[in-house]
Amino acid sequence: MTQLILYDAFNGLIIGAFYALMALGLSLILNLSGVINFAHGGFLAIGAYLAFTLMPFIGFWGALVVAPILTAIFGLFIERILIRPLYGRDPLYSLLLTFGLAFMFEDGTRFIWGASTLPFSIPNVLSSPLSGQYFFLTGYRLFMVALVTLTVIVLFVILTRTRLGMRIRAGTLDLETVSVLGINVRLLRSLNFGLGIYMAGLAGVLAAGMLGLQPTIGSDLIMPSFVAIIIGGLGSLPGTLIGGLLIGIASGITTVWFPSASDAVIYVMMALVLLVRPRGLFGEEGRLQ
Amino acid sequence: MPKSIINHPIRRRTILKAGIALGAMQVASPFVVKALGEEPVKFGLDDPFTGTYAELGKHEQIGCQLAIDEINKKGGILGRRAELISEDSTSTDTGTAVAKGHKLIDRDKVNFLLGNVNSAMALALGDLSSRAGVLHIVTGGHTDAVTGTDCHWNVFRVCNTTRMETDAVGKDLIDKYGKKWYFITPDYAFGHTLQKGFEANLKKYGGTEVGASLTPLGTTDFSSYLIKAEAAKPDVIIDLTAGQDAVNSLKQIVQFGLNKKFHIAGAQQELEVLEGLPPNARIGTWVFEWYWKQPNVPHVTEFVAAVRKVNNGKVPTARHWFGYAAVWTCALIANEKKSLTAEKLAKGLEGFTLPPEVALMPDKVFYRAGDHQLMPDLYVGHAVEKGPVPEDLFHVEKIVKGVDAALPVSETGCHLKWPQA
Amino acid sequence: MKYDDRPLQKYAADAAIWLLLLSLPWWIGHVGGYMQLGTQVVVMALAATALNFLLGYTGVLSFGHAAYFGLGVYGTGLIIKYIVPSTLAGMAVGVLAAVAAAAIIGLLIVHLRGIYFAMVTIAFGQVFYFIAFRWNNVTGGDDGLSDWSRQPIDFGFAKLDILHSPVLFYYFVLFFFAVSVAIMAWLLRSPFGRTLLAIRENERRARFLGLPVDRHIWLSWLISCTFVGLAGTLYALLNDFADPHTLYWEQSGVFVIMAVLGGMRSFWGPLIGAAVYVVLQDYVSSMTQNWMSFIGLFFVLVVLFFPRGVLGIVRRRAAS
Repeated sequence: MTQLILYDAFNGLIIGAFYALMALGLSLILNLSGVINFAHGGFLAIGAYLAFTLMPFIGFWGALVVAPILTAIFGLFIERILIRPLYGRDPLYSLLLTFGLAFMFEDGTRFIWGASTLPFSIPNVLSSPLSGQYFFLTGYRLFMVALVTLTVIVLFVILTRTRLGMRIRAGTLDLETVSVLGINVRLLRSLNFGLGIYMAGLAGVLAAGMLGLQPTIGSDLIMPSFVAIIIGGLGSLPGTLIGGLLIGIASGITTVWFPSASDAVIYVMMALVLLVRPRGLFGEEGRLQ
Repeated sequence: MPKSIINHPIRRRTILKAGIALGAMQVASPFVVKALGEEPVKFGLDDPFTGTYAELGKHEQIGCQLAIDEINKKGGILGRRAELISEDSTSTDTGTAVAKGHKLIDRDKVNFLLGNVNSAMALALGDLSSRAGVLHIVTGGHTDAVTGTDCHWNVFRVCNTTRMETDAVGKDLIDKYGKKWYFITPDYAFGHTLQKGFEANLKKYGGTEVGASLTPLGTTDFSSYLIKAEAAKPDVIIDLTAGQDAVNSLKQIVQFGLNKKFHIAGAQQELEVLEGLPPNARIGTWVFEWYWKQPNVPHVTEFVAAVRKVNNGKVPTARHWFGYAAVWTCALIANEKKSLTAEKLAKGLEGFTLPPEVALMPDKVFYRAGDHQLMPDLYVGHAVEKGPVPEDLFHVEKIVKGVDAALPVSETGCHLKWPQA
Repeated sequence: MKYDDRPLQKYAADAAIWLLLLSLPWWIGHVGGYMQLGTQVVVMALAATALNFLLGYTGVLSFGHAAYFGLGVYGTGLIIKYIVPSTLAGMAVGVLAAVAAAAIIGLLIVHLRGIYFAMVTIAFGQVFYFIAFRWNNVTGGDDGLSDWSRQPIDFGFAKLDILHSPVLFYYFVLFFFAVSVAIMAWLLRSPFGRTLLAIRENERRARFLGLPVDRHIWLSWLISCTFVGLAGTLYALLNDFADPHTLYWEQSGVFVIMAVLGGMRSFWGPLIGAAVYVVLQDYVSSMTQNWMSFIGLFFVLVVLFFPRGVLGIVRRRAAS
């Protein structure tokens, strides 16, 4: 029994890493711009489909590098045209607009690539388990964890060591003061959005290796990402990271005893956190009233 | 010759009247005849074209439309043109499916209702169509209740019941691969009845169930269930998932190397799933409901060629055949009974055998009278990474007659109630 | 409430709307619609109006109203299918279930605000969704509750056959819509309603004035959820079916969209929004399989150019 629990917990950690990647992108956008991006799953799908299209030409590794960048560029374009007008307005509007965008992305991907599930192959070197006993430690999953860890490290380096990162952090705390100091807030928001979408695109490429590539690939991942953010605390990126890992582990462990509750348990957790400590585990008081 | 005509020459007025009447008819009749001919016989297809089942719904639609075109080339139904009206039921919102059903029946006044891929919607539409008294052929919804506990006098089904699928392959799995089974079961009626069917097989042939995992519909990560499955050390892992869940679970089974430790098998499988898997994940023993490569069965090659023309050059899947057979069923019975009255046609369909160019299967394919379930052939075989021909991803080992694999009518729970005359 | 400002125009608008609603069975066929669609618009309008009681008039966003909608749906379905084939009994239980759940949950969440409130409503909504989805033996799980239908109502002296007459069922639904809407309008015009508006405009000031803000929000929440639950019972009767999708967060989103589309600040806004959304989706999805792109584009355009909704445009034109 303990072995099963350990297996499931560890496995949950791996999945949690994936949720964390999704949630971090979402959190970046939410913290700085106050935009609730319901289309995040759609960007994930676009990243996955772009990778699929590029793979025959530049291989899996090439697609892994290029597809998220292309998705981020597309994200910048969307931000400039559609999201920018919504800054300063009630978050309800960004929610509804991105809801509409999500519809358009799902239909758009279906229109361009078809409704059929597309066969997405991962390189053979990643494809097999590392040992007989720990068979669920496949090369691919470990690679995913490694990549997410690397991305998180790079993200934190950007945020703490570069000017852009400092500005983003400052803007998250007090955007008005930042703009008064002469920083180009518009550019800041755009780059921040692009960064968030880059992470969605990357998550998309990773997801396509594990799941079936279909237009709806991103839609079930949106809610767990929001849950991760709430549990970790709005406004706190480390919180989002921990939140993602926590829900992954919780979901995994629940499968041991109550498999039917494994998807509901993250919502129960979210409800508990909101009732007992609304700002989340690492959030600051009074964020986004 | 009547006496009166010989004795009384036909009066001029009568001739005049007759002439005018004849002349008027000549002028009027094209309009009259055209009016009758113009009013098409309408088929309403209520299927998902968006969401997770979009691919399956579209394939059924292509099959339906192909049948409609062939029917019109052959003279239509009762001399009238056939027409297909398609409405998107969505993949998850039953309220929309029911509303579209009303639209097709109440507003468009369709003569025949077809659909749905989604079992829940198939049931809801069956309730609706039976209240409206419209002949309804369920194309691809597999839950047993459609021709079981929830059967209706006007509802017929083309695709198999889950029990037929499990019983087609159950014994072979025990004989060839082992007695200890672990189930990965999607947690809805489709999955439950598949598991029940297999459990009956285990009991009958002396196998044991070493464990089962109920996976929520739409599960993306199967690792925790597969960890449990591996720990139980079965002979066979029975993967009962369908659609996207099947793609995800099979991808992960292969990534975990479980297919090298245990045999992987299941009941229903579809070409759409195999096409969506990376080649190395095309493994396992499955049951197909129809397959395109049947060299010894007449008419299949023509059907495949015809579908390729309207399906982006790709071969037909069982879904195409479901739509095709469903539409042809209606056309054939209507032309045979020279009527469009639902009750008459429903009675006529009981025991009705599909002609070979529609059945596209080696054995006799007919609708069983007691539950209105079609008795087709089932194709047992295994998935192959790459077949001798591209798109040949399934190797058929054996063909089982549906009527042999099905439960007797008395055990399906179906009690047909015909409307009072 | 601009009720007293332009009395003639307002009464004219009210009269026009009621005239259209009452005469719907006669004109719906001529515009390419069908009875089921018309009845669906009224049911959705009730749900959206109920949501807007909380959103537009109290200023509180709930993204989990589908939970109470769904409780109404399942309450009705379960009663009619398994306990007693009585439409009114089913409706009563459905509404009671929604009220009970809303009362308890409301107590738990009333101290939250803004996005936290919205997210916690999603959380509870999803929990109910998963209960309906997984409790197969009772709710039928993903297959839903089928093989039951709305029952004719026997008053002893007269029988309302709402099962076989779609027109009669439409008036049945319209009756409940009218009663609900009348109650909500009356509440909004009362001092209680004025307090809600005050809370919406400036909660801090309202609290400063000594108004029991939390209690008012709880009551507004309760009233809103009650009528959404009633809408749910009518929806179950409309389709003769209950399925988990009615509890999913997307359904909650649709209610919010309807309210915003029509205009959150006006009473009839949600009705207009519901009509536009339901009809548009029905019409566009028959025309093209790419209806999702069009509907999505529609939302985007509404948010960018018509954030005050349809009635917002009308108001602006009337004012200019």
